[in-house]
Amino acid sequence: MSAAESWAHPAAWLAGEVGAGRLRAPEIVEAAWDGPAARWERDVHAIAHSERERRHDVAQAAAQAGPLAGVPVLVKDNLCTSDWPTTCCSRVLAGWTPPYDATVIRRLREAGAVVVGKGNMDEFAMGSSTEFSCYGPTRNPYDLERVPGGSSGGPAAAVAYGLVPVALGSDTGGSVRQPAAFCGVFGLKPTYGRLSRYGLVAFGSSLDQVGVFARHAGDVALTYAALAGPDPFDATTRLGPAPDVSAWDAGVSGMHFGWPANLWARGVDAAIVAALERAAAAFERAGATRVPLEFLPGEYGVAAYYLVATAEASSNLARFDGVRYGPRAAAAGDVREVQVRTRSEGFGPEVQRRILLGTYALSSGYYDAYYLKAQRARTRIRREFAAAFARCDFMLLPATPTLPFRLGEKTDDPLAMYLSDVFTIGANLAGIPGLTAPMGLEPGGLPVAVQLLGPEDAEPVLLRAGRALEVQGDPSRLPRRHPTEFAWPSRR
Amino acid sequence: MAIDRGEVRRIAELARLEISDDAIERVAAQLSSVLEFAATLNALDLEGCEPVALTAADAPARADEPNGRRLAPGVATAGAPEADEEFFFVPPVVENLEP
Repeated sequence: MSAAESWAHPAAWLAGEVGAGRLRAPEIVEAAWDGPAARWERDVHAIAHSERERRHDVAQAAAQAGPLAGVPVLVKDNLCTSDWPTTCCSRVLAGWTPPYDATVIRRLREAGAVVVGKGNMDEFAMGSSTEFSCYGPTRNPYDLERVPGGSSGGPAAAVAYGLVPVALGSDTGGSVRQPAAFCGVFGLKPTYGRLSRYGLVAFGSSLDQVGVFARHAGDVALTYAALAGPDPFDATTRLGPAPDVSAWDAGVSGMHFGWPANLWARGVDAAIVAALERAAAAFERAGATRVPLEFLPGEYGVAAYYLVATAEASSNLARFDGVRYGPRAAAAGDVREVQVRTRSEGFGPEVQRRILLGTYALSSGYYDAYYLKAQRARTRIRREFAAAFARCDFMLLPATPTLPFRLGEKTDDPLAMYLSDVFTIGANLAGIPGLTAPMGLEPGGLPVAVQLLGPEDAEPVLLRAGRALEVQGDPSRLPRRHPTEFAWPSRR
Repeated sequence: MAIDRGEVRRIAELARLEISDDAIERVAAQLSSVLEFAATLNALDLEGCEPVALTAADAPARADEPNGRRLAPGVATAGAPEADEEFFFVPPVVENLEP
C-alpha cells in the first residue's frame, strides 16, 4: 500500500498504519488532496477553509499514536479551531479565528487526528441544504444539480467523495443525519450531553449536539469513543463514562426494533420506503424481531422545534453585534446603529428570518402561546419516545421524506425546507441518539438511507444495528462519476 | 396567526435588525406561514405535560466549580473589529459630556 492510495481507506486502517510506522500523517493528508478525490472538490465545494501550507503544519504536529493517528478530519465551520478560521459560513464572522479549540477538536488532536480544514455549512447551521452559506452552496457528489442536505453538507459531502474518512458536524434538528442520508454516509447524533458543546458556536443550546460522519460504522464508533465524555467546560455534559461502543460489530441477534409504519404511510419517497423494508428484512435475517408500533406524526415535532430552536437562536445570536468578533459595519452613529447595521449586513436572509421568528415567540404577549406550548409539546414527544422504547431496543424510520432535492427547489419556501427535517427533529427535542445508515443507491443513482433512533445512551445499540446494515449492504456506493473505488473494510 | 408589516418592524427593532421596505412584505408572509404551521400544536393533547427546557435536566449534573483557565485580555480582544490589549472599543454610549 502506498501513501497515494491511503485516502480511500477507513480511519481505523489508517490509524493502524500510522501507529505501526508504515505511513505518516502528512503523507496521508496530502494524498487526499493530490488524489482522485481532490478533483471532486472543484465541483462539490465541500470546504470552507483549508490551504496546503497550514494543513502540512497541522499534520506535522499531529501525534503519531492514538486511535485516530494520522486520520484526516474535516470539521464543520461552527466548531472553534485555533488554527483555522471559524466563521459559521457567515459574513458576520468573516476572518475570525478563535483563541481556543473546542473540546471535541482538542480530543480529536489528542487522539492523533489531523484537522485538515473547515467544512461548508448553512450559515449558523440554519438550513437543510447548505445553500445558505456566504461562500456559496455545496453540491451533492452523486448529482451536482442536487443539494447534499444540511446544515452540515460540506463535511457530509467530503466524506462521501473520499476527501476524508471522518468528519464532524453538528445536529440541532437533523443537520448530521439528513446530509448523511443525502450523501450516502453514516451520520451519528449522540445523546444530548455526551459530546461537549464547548467551542461549538451555539444555535439552539438545548438541542445542539456535535455529530460524526464516516463511511463505515466502525469509524463512527472509533471517533465517538475518542470524543465522548464529561467536560468541565460544558455544564450540560453528562457525568460518568460515555457508553462503550467497542462492540459495534456484535450484531443485532435478540434485539427488537420498532416499526412505526404510520409515519411513512404517505408523503415519503417510494425508494425510501423500499429501503426501510430492506433494512427490516436484514435485521430479521440477523436475528432481530420487528415490533409494529404507532408513533406521533413528525409534524408536531417540526412545529415545536421551529419555536424552541428559533427562540434559543435569537438569544444566542445576540452576541454578534460588531463589538467582540468579526467585522463591524461602517456606520456613523451610536452603538445601537453599529449593532443594527452590522447584524443586518452580516446575517443572511434565513438567519434573519429565524432570529425574527424566535424574537416573536419570546416577545411579550406571545410567550405562552408559542414558546411555552412548544416546551410542553417537547414533554409529550419525550413521553412518546419513552413509551416506544419500552417495547423495543431501537426504532427504524426514514431519515428524510425525500431523496436529495434540486438546488433552489426550496430556498424561497422556508416551511417546505423545514419539513425536510420531519423525521430527525424528534430526537433533538427528546435528547436521544440517532444514526443515519446508508442503504446504497436507488435505481436513479441517488443515495438512499434509513434512520435508527434509540433511548438515551443507546449509541452502542445504534452502531451495532448500523453495522448490521453495512454488512448486508451494497458496497458499491460511490458517486457515479467517481474514478476509483473505496477499499471496503474486512468483514469480521 | 398573520403578521403584518408593523409587527415585523416591531420584532426587527427588538432583534436589532433592519428589514428593507422591499423585503418586509415577503418576510411578513414567510413568518406568517411558519406561525400558521406552528398552530398545529393546538391539535396536540398536552394534558399533564409540563414545559421542559433542557432534556438532560434529570441527568446528574457536574459540580459547579470555577476552573483556573482564563483567556488573557489581549487574546480575548484580538478578534474584535476595534480593540486594544485590554478593551473592546465601541462608539460613544453617553454623549454631551461637556460641562
